[in-house]
Amino acid sequence: MSIKDFSQLNDMHIDVLREIGNIGAGNAATSLANMLNRQIEMRTPVVRIMDIQDVDKAMGGPETPVVAILVELFGDIHGIMMFVAGQKFTKTMLGSLLGCEDADCMHLTEMQSSALSEIGNIMIGSYVSAISSLANLKINMSVPGVTADMVGSLLTVPAAEMGADADKIIFVEDDFENEQDVITANMMLIPSLDSLSTLMNGLGIAL
Amino acid sequence: MNNLIVVGIAEMQVAESPTCFVTYALGSCVGICLYDPVRKVGGLGHILLPNYPHEHPNEKLHRYADTCIPEMVKEMEKMGCVRSRITAKIAGGAKMFNIASDSAFGNIGARNVDAVKTTLQNLQVRIVAQDTGLNYGRTVFFYTEDGTMVVKSCTMGSKTF
Repeated sequence: MSIKDFSQLNDMHIDVLREIGNIGAGNAATSLANMLNRQIEMRTPVVRIMDIQDVDKAMGGPETPVVAILVELFGDIHGIMMFVAGQKFTKTMLGSLLGCEDADCMHLTEMQSSALSEIGNIMIGSYVSAISSLANLKINMSVPGVTADMVGSLLTVPAAEMGADADKIIFVEDDFENEQDVITANMMLIPSLDSLSTLMNGLGIAL
Repeated sequence: MNNLIVVGIAEMQVAESPTCFVTYALGSCVGICLYDPVRKVGGLGHILLPNYPHEHPNEKLHRYADTCIPEMVKEMEKMGCVRSRITAKIAGGAKMFNIASDSAFGNIGARNVDAVKTTLQNLQVRIVAQDTGLNYGRTVFFYTEDGTMVVKSCTMGSKTF
């Protein structure tokens, strides 16, 4: 059984996706806390199924500068995972990892971009491994790509790469809290439609 | 500017002078600016994908290069433009992520640019300026007063075509 359109998902399917988002993001927060060696609390993530066109609005407008780390998923499912961090999140992470207090997010050095790529890789990896063990699926990840640019120009990439069928994406907004402040980052799961069916089947949910 | 029209992803707009069009943050998408200098009518399209999927027909003609551009030309002709006078300026089609994988990931920008060029050639519309490819996002302003296209980016500043 497979679906033709994300709009065919019912409330139960969306609940299941939300739960996956919760578990995946929880794992990612733990990894982040370990990497930064400090307490990181995670607020309950907001999970939405949204139009690709609306995501940049949710992130402060199409020209908002962000850093995005993207991996391609293959194996039992095919899709893209993207981790998007705003300027504040980026600065906090680079401050903790490299000790540079005033990184310029739009002009990252090679060292900074490599550090961010590794953070994204670990966070996406812990998210993906949570999904893969829940659904009992083998999911491989490509080497991550990291780019700093306008959020709008980065977000259309998964839409275009996944072809005409992926109008909607699973958008997880995570608020992480450290001792001083709340830092927001976003995790996006963009499965192909076939893969969404595989994922649901793996979780024992009929479509 | 008297009249600013925002063109979103997979949208297309046509209007006459003194309208200014803007489309934000083109990544692998391509922005196509068409202009008739005599009639002072311009059009801006923002396409996401190269070719209309004839096997899964849908309503979204403006999403694809090969269906959006003919529609845009048709609209302009309705407003009194003459095909042989229309010229094109294009921007976008970047490769935003460089990831190491076996698949063809990341070539959609180049495919979009190719499809835009082929479609314009079939319509016999000449490309007079382009700012495509490379690896950064672009915001495009297009002025119907004189057909100027201004391309802005976060890292590379602003260029006028």
